[in-house]
Amino acid sequence: MSLYGTDLLALLPELIVVAAACLVIALDPITPASRRDLLAWLSLGALSLCLGLTVGQINTLNIRVSAFSDLVVIDAYARFWKVLLYGVTGLTILMSLPYLKAERIHLGEYYGFILLALSGMMVMVSGADLLTIYLGTELMSLSLYVMTGLNRSKPRSLEAAAKYFVLGAFSSGILLYGISLLYGMAGSTKLASIASAIGTHGANDPLVLIATILVAVGFSFKLAAVPFHMWTPDVYQGAPTSVTAFMAVAAKAASFAAFMRVFVEGLGGLKADWSLLFLLIALVTLVLGNVVAIVQTNIKRMLAYSSIAHAGYALIGFVAAGRAVGPSGSTPGLASVMIYLALYSFMTLGAFAVIGMLRKGEREGEEIEDFTGLAKRQPLAAFLMLVFMVSLAGIPPTAGFIGKFYVFMAAVDAGLAWLAAIALLFAAVSAYYYMRVVMVMYMREPDPAAVAPRLVTSPALSFVLACAVAGVILFGLFPNPLVSFALQSVLTLK
Amino acid sequence: MHSGGFPWLSLLLVLPLVGAAAMYVVTESTARWIALAATLADLCIALPLWWLFDPQASQMQFTEHVAWITAPPIYYSLGLDGISLPLVLMTVAIMPLCVLASWTAITTRVQGFMAMLLIMETAMVGVFVALDFVLFYIFWEAMLIPMYLLIGVWGGPNRLYAAIKFFLYTLAGSVLLLVAIFALYFYGGHTFDILALSQGTYPASLQMWLFLAFFAAFAVKVPMFPFHTWLPDAHVEAPTAGSVILASILLKMGTYGFLRFSLPMLPDASRSFTPMMVALSIVAIIYGAYMALAQVDLKKLIAYSSVSHMGFVTLGIFVLNQQGIEGAVLQMVNHGITTGALFLCVGMIYERTHSRLIADNVGLASPMPQYATLLVIFALSSLGLPGTNSFVGEFLVLVGTFLWSKVATAFASLGIILAAAYILWMIQRVVFGVPLPHQLPKLKDLNRRELATLVPLALLVFWIGLFPNPLVSRMHQSVNGMIASMSRTKVAPTTQLSAGEAAPLLADGGTPLTTEGISR
Repeated sequence: MSLYGTDLLALLPELIVVAAACLVIALDPITPASRRDLLAWLSLGALSLCLGLTVGQINTLNIRVSAFSDLVVIDAYARFWKVLLYGVTGLTILMSLPYLKAERIHLGEYYGFILLALSGMMVMVSGADLLTIYLGTELMSLSLYVMTGLNRSKPRSLEAAAKYFVLGAFSSGILLYGISLLYGMAGSTKLASIASAIGTHGANDPLVLIATILVAVGFSFKLAAVPFHMWTPDVYQGAPTSVTAFMAVAAKAASFAAFMRVFVEGLGGLKADWSLLFLLIALVTLVLGNVVAIVQTNIKRMLAYSSIAHAGYALIGFVAAGRAVGPSGSTPGLASVMIYLALYSFMTLGAFAVIGMLRKGEREGEEIEDFTGLAKRQPLAAFLMLVFMVSLAGIPPTAGFIGKFYVFMAAVDAGLAWLAAIALLFAAVSAYYYMRVVMVMYMREPDPAAVAPRLVTSPALSFVLACAVAGVILFGLFPNPLVSFALQSVLTLK
Repeated sequence: MHSGGFPWLSLLLVLPLVGAAAMYVVTESTARWIALAATLADLCIALPLWWLFDPQASQMQFTEHVAWITAPPIYYSLGLDGISLPLVLMTVAIMPLCVLASWTAITTRVQGFMAMLLIMETAMVGVFVALDFVLFYIFWEAMLIPMYLLIGVWGGPNRLYAAIKFFLYTLAGSVLLLVAIFALYFYGGHTFDILALSQGTYPASLQMWLFLAFFAAFAVKVPMFPFHTWLPDAHVEAPTAGSVILASILLKMGTYGFLRFSLPMLPDASRSFTPMMVALSIVAIIYGAYMALAQVDLKKLIAYSSVSHMGFVTLGIFVLNQQGIEGAVLQMVNHGITTGALFLCVGMIYERTHSRLIADNVGLASPMPQYATLLVIFALSSLGLPGTNSFVGEFLVLVGTFLWSKVATAFASLGIILAAAYILWMIQRVVFGVPLPHQLPKLKDLNRRELATLVPLALLVFWIGLFPNPLVSRMHQSVNGMIASMSRTKVAPTTQLSAGEAAPLLADGGTPLTTEGISR
């Protein structure tokens, strides 16, 4: 019983999030529409409680607490991601308040689903067993399917939800198939057992390789890596903007966290094989993402391709970890992915917040054309968008540059200078479409005949934008705290 | 040495930023005055450095060294030597003139324009004073956005195309620089310190790759033939201040990069690539001049003359001797003064006639005598008339080239003849032609603000032309030190990596061929 108690205690943050989600959904029917804001504040309260708990859970950095006989672990690595996920979720909730009202889909369940997705993500980053991780992934994905289709009156939103669901279920099946093959080989779904089984079995068993490929494919769907990215543009475009932001940032971060843990802790013995596989995936991902983004006219679709490209950059850090030859081993590579995704969160959230804020008549201003002349009408909003675009393009002194800096440094250290060179050239390509947004905002005159876009602001949204722009600029100038946090956290990943 | 003393250089960097921040809360007319005050204050801070600088010392002076990022070790590290001092002074001297030149020419979003100018000033000074490679790179890249906006928002009719072309060209060139910086970090003993990296010895094959990466970044910026095609577009479409910044300061960053990084860090590769670099320089000299002859637009004419003049600078750098390099540095300053002044002149006439075509601006000598006088001074300086600044620089470069190859000197000298041709032909039409009657009423001579913009530059033209010694003597130690360090003995033979081996950049490049202290 006492052991059971410590297990539950270790999972307390997850339990709180699930409880809060249930409470929100239960309270929703009895909350009058005018007071639904309370549900958002309730969710935020739960998040801050969890933040305190998670930070307090680990007082010494290298400690690694396992719970439920090694199904989940509470370690510094998980803590890094959880802190990031709390922050991102909190900002998403704040950003949703005005947006959902303007879109007339301010429903109480929304916050419940966000919290459920978050609890799934928390399980993903803490999972030490393939099935636990799979369950977390499913919980996250199912919640996201619903949130994508939240805008019931818009066919595009429903279409996106259906596509997302079908492809997501398909990818889950592939992932599960890989897991079952690994189970057949190791007799267990625990990452540690799989690692030791690969150690004794040898890495040359074709079945193990097939299983690895299947697991890699399953995760590539979640990461939106080419060639498993097909769902991304449609879903990002169709989903309500706040949901898109949540998917682009939180879901991606959680998927990367689980993905890295599975491949480093469980399949580390196959490093040589999967690093080659992901090298190819990273390369085609960033090439395709960046090139196709150029021709987009819808800014959400453009950012979808941009998020594909960014997954490619982050994967380069992961490949560098797999191929590391230096004395510090895989640490710089893995840490670079963590730094990259943390910084990517700020700029992407910020960009989506600006998009969600811009209204043109009754609809969202989501075409790039809608940003025409924004600098004249709304100088501050245009300036913020400029900062986010510059950061996404990876130009100093913004956070985007710091993220690329660490990823490419790890790549060069791992002997992948040629890959870094190609990736950076495509970063220069990406500057073209990010700068096009700047160009329409600053260098085009607004069409006097067209409906002038207006901004839907609120104090909560201003707070989100302030956090995002502060993160982009401050971490661009002083990345030290984040870097050392990531470097310390990655040490528990073994 | 002034190490650890007053933080002159930080002050130089911070002041414009303060001015730029102030732009958020002021009106248009105050914005102009604040920008002028900030740039003049920067000039006042920089001027004492001229006298405080110790010409006998070969080390960096006015150094500042503060830890910035711990993993990897990146420092906020600044300093000046005889090569960067003239360039910093030129930068801060040109900036107030840019503000003055925009006083009436810029009427929309003045605050934003001035803020961009001031941010540019910080970034440009930062490039010249940074002693940490990453810090340098950050300043180097940070210039892109303000310059993009300067061209794209306040530029001419074809500004969108010119702005994105400038942006993508320079960005694509400089991304490879970042990879090279990382490679140097891992081979040069895990440091980004420019001075420490300049002491290291690197395998010959690695040097080749790094040289090419540096070349991509710097050659685009200079711009060297055949990477110059962004320049005429950017120059023509940019507002006057933007053209001046581009021509006077931005182009110097490429040549500064060759001097600060390529030569000291990659001496062997620099020597191997000398024939190519000299050939490209001579092509640029002749091609640029030839193109200038054909131009009907004044700005384009000066833009192509820049390609030609910057060819002299790269020529001087890559003949790798004292005369050549000192001439190159001097020519960098001279080109900054002369070409900047010529762009200012074009801007002034454009404000009057709204045309930059030579055909629309003829016979200015009688309606605008002061303007015509100054224009002739700068034009003669541009063609390298003895007594003006450019003569000294070009002469030194040609002397240096002569020591390297007589044939190359002969070809390079052709550029001077062609320069005389296109400049004098331009002068003949613009100054001494028959005025167009419909333009005459618009042609008021220079006002006080415009005189204040041009006269300081004219004084500099003659000061450097007649008394180049104070400037050159401040370079001696740094240039000699650099040339001496270039001939440092190669610690280990390069056979291990040569002989057709497909030079892997890092993966299996073997141990770095260097002293024990530097290892991966």
